[in-house]
Amino acid sequence: MEQTHESRAFGTENHSHTVGYGTYIMVWLGLVALTAITVTVAGMHLGSLTLLAALTIACIKTSLVAYYFMHVKFDNMVIKVFIAVCLLIFLTFWILTFSDLSFR
Amino acid sequence: MIEHTEALEHTATAEHSHAAAHVHRDDEGSKMGMWLFLFTELLLFGGMFLLYGGYRFAYADGFKVAAADMNTFIGAINTILLLTSSLSVALSIAALQQNQKKLCLSLLWFTLLCGLAFLVNKYFEWSHEIHNGIYPGGPALENMSNGEILYFGLYYVMTGLHGLHVVVGMIFIGFVMVFIARDKITSINFQKLENAGLYWHLVDVIWIFLFPLFYLLH
Amino acid sequence: MTDTLAAHEGSYLEYEGRHKGILGWVLSTDHKRIGLLYLSAIMVFFFVAMTLGVMMRLEMLTPGETIMKPQTYNSIFTLHGVIMVFLFIIPAIPAVFGNFIMPIQIGAKDVAFPRLNLFSWYLYMTGATLAIISLFTGGGAADTGWTFYVPYSIRSAQNVSFTTLAAFVLGFSTIVTGLNFIVTIHRMRAPGMTWFRMPLFAWGLYATSWIQVLATPVIGITLFLIILERLLGVGVFDPALGGDPILYQHMFWIYSHPAVYIMILPAMGVVSEILPTFARKDIFGYKQIAISSLGIALIGYLVWGHHMFVSGMSDTARIVFSLLTFLVAIPTGVKIFNWVATLYKGSIKFSAPLYYVLAFIFIFSIGGLTGLVLGALATDIHVTDTYFVVAHFHYVMFGGMGIMFFATMHFWFPKMFGKMYNEKIAVIACTIIIVGFNILYFPMFIMGYMGMPRRYYDYLPHLQGWHILSTVGSWILVAGIVFMFGNLLYALLKGPKAARNPWGGTTLEWRVSSPPTVENFDEIPVVTGGPYVHDKPTYIMQPSKELVHENGDKLKGETLKAH
Repeated sequence: MEQTHESRAFGTENHSHTVGYGTYIMVWLGLVALTAITVTVAGMHLGSLTLLAALTIACIKTSLVAYYFMHVKFDNMVIKVFIAVCLLIFLTFWILTFSDLSFR
Repeated sequence: MIEHTEALEHTATAEHSHAAAHVHRDDEGSKMGMWLFLFTELLLFGGMFLLYGGYRFAYADGFKVAAADMNTFIGAINTILLLTSSLSVALSIAALQQNQKKLCLSLLWFTLLCGLAFLVNKYFEWSHEIHNGIYPGGPALENMSNGEILYFGLYYVMTGLHGLHVVVGMIFIGFVMVFIARDKITSINFQKLENAGLYWHLVDVIWIFLFPLFYLLH
Repeated sequence: MTDTLAAHEGSYLEYEGRHKGILGWVLSTDHKRIGLLYLSAIMVFFFVAMTLGVMMRLEMLTPGETIMKPQTYNSIFTLHGVIMVFLFIIPAIPAVFGNFIMPIQIGAKDVAFPRLNLFSWYLYMTGATLAIISLFTGGGAADTGWTFYVPYSIRSAQNVSFTTLAAFVLGFSTIVTGLNFIVTIHRMRAPGMTWFRMPLFAWGLYATSWIQVLATPVIGITLFLIILERLLGVGVFDPALGGDPILYQHMFWIYSHPAVYIMILPAMGVVSEILPTFARKDIFGYKQIAISSLGIALIGYLVWGHHMFVSGMSDTARIVFSLLTFLVAIPTGVKIFNWVATLYKGSIKFSAPLYYVLAFIFIFSIGGLTGLVLGALATDIHVTDTYFVVAHFHYVMFGGMGIMFFATMHFWFPKMFGKMYNEKIAVIACTIIIVGFNILYFPMFIMGYMGMPRRYYDYLPHLQGWHILSTVGSWILVAGIVFMFGNLLYALLKGPKAARNPWGGTTLEWRVSSPPTVENFDEIPVVTGGPYVHDKPTYIMQPSKELVHENGDKLKGETLKAH
């Protein structure tokens, strides 16, 4: 009872999603595999591609952690937009700083 | 008429919530607050990543020379440790949702253990560098090129601050464990555990970037 | 239970909960009491920093030494900047009035995280204490200016570490407040209060809070690195170790430029509250003003480089930043024109708060337009680091945020304390302040154009006339400010009781008693319309008793579900 009253009064839906253990373990296996790949790729002397490959893999790993472990998958739109805004602002810091550094 | 009934219903809930105003619970709001806090952490490290980017751009060679000194194996082990601890936190939430309190607590103990192992590794890494005279003002570092000095400056600051976050995350999880043991956090009221998990995953994510940037630059 | 009952009857000022006396304040999680805690602390620091400013002006009265040594002068302008920026301008409106008024405006009983709110006040006090300690320990207060530019901030023998640590802690205080406000606005609006029925002050705070959350951490880490560099010699910014001082400037201004909008956006929000109240008219272009707040916040992130036009940045970056800087004028212009249009054909009632707002629009426009002079590359190079810049940012910071702080105090004073002040004196004080302000700062534009550099202890004799004029202006300004606060203080002690709604305001805070009760509302109200509708009420204050309302037909299930 308490719960329903609360949710109505505050417009809340206190969440209740459940994810099986299996999904988490699969994601973890993927993360470990990506770690192995990134170490291997780094040893291959690809020149300037090394950094690109390392960062791409790091981004994929981060997305996996965020989407499954941090439950962004189940979050409502507001949190997703928040994350997008945060990343966008962070990206502009990089672009504008490098508009100086790379043309100096 | 229908409208009026609805309004009455609303009033009933409003009154109810009033009496309970001090104990009201808003999981969604709590999660939102946690995410906003994570953004500040992200940008705190983001500032340092920006510095790293700027200096790596200016001293690409010095950074490569310095990174060759790093032990990729220990770095990879630490990565696996943190990834595994992230898994156990995620599993602990699932366990609590299914009312498996004991399993949940053991998974959290395992997380703490991984965190501790990570810190022990870090300790050995740092002492190895310091032993070799590579520390701010140290004899070996003073003779190095500017790029290497900046690399190690950032290395110490970023991994140090990250280590501090590991410690904070462990304390956070420790508190949550006490709450779980005392049934203050339960299968229908687990936002605090979820928040601790979010924090721990963020610490993991930061390491996911630190690892290639400091260890894999051959 | 008795506690809850008492909560309905007494005002928040008289309420006695678990703790009595002073403890009832410093341990209170009531957003209104926390607002007043901030107010009392902020007033103290405002007067300290103002005194420092007056001393600087006094020193500049004659060339050479007047009342202090050069080293003292350097410390004093640094402290004046640090205290004004971090302890007054940034927290003043959000922490005091945001805390006090915003939850009431959106129909909430408190902020989302009341204990965190109190914690942020303690962080503020800790930061403030550190700033004060830095005065008396080590080599004395920092002498770097509030920007802490490297490499000097690394080499200075003064106590820079403590001052930066203070700014670091204060940064966290504003982050916590910002985080709290975002969640509050998202989660705690009353039923029926959609985003576009929200008062514009809340919109301003919302935009501000996002800047606080997303920009402050960057300066946190930057200042932290300076401390590490000073204490441990870690090579990060020091050019002797390969560091790049310009990269420091980037990171400093990545925060500190958006911080300018942290300062001004809440003030603009209050303007949008005061104008429709005294024009007796719905605000012109509500949505445009609301969205332009977000626009300013967003563009604010993109323009930091205009502080660095002469620091050795690449030409590409200079052109990009100059172009982006001009874009800020668009959302700002949207606001100014909408405000003026709100006054058009309104039945204007000239009350004290409106006088301050009109002063704001006049002074802030001068500040904004001279900002464009500084945003243009060629002219900026001529006036960089001169008194022109000093005059510009005092016109926008003091003339913008400072004057609006005074306006805000006059606007919500009766609500906060339940007392009324003497309006005639308030208007006279306002006039003295405007006159003093312009005599103090306008000559600085001229001196700057003539080549008077900022932060210099000495100057050439031909500038003395302007310096004397400026110093005299500072005396007039201070007299006006003291007069104004004296009037408010007198009202606080002996003023007549204020009515619930002395100005004819339309937002929710005017529908609760003055001063508000502990939990603001007996019942969470239901919102049925926009915030500035004058001809009919848009709030149902007691939904249980006012079922048959003149707007009863609007009471649909849809409206009742909050958001």
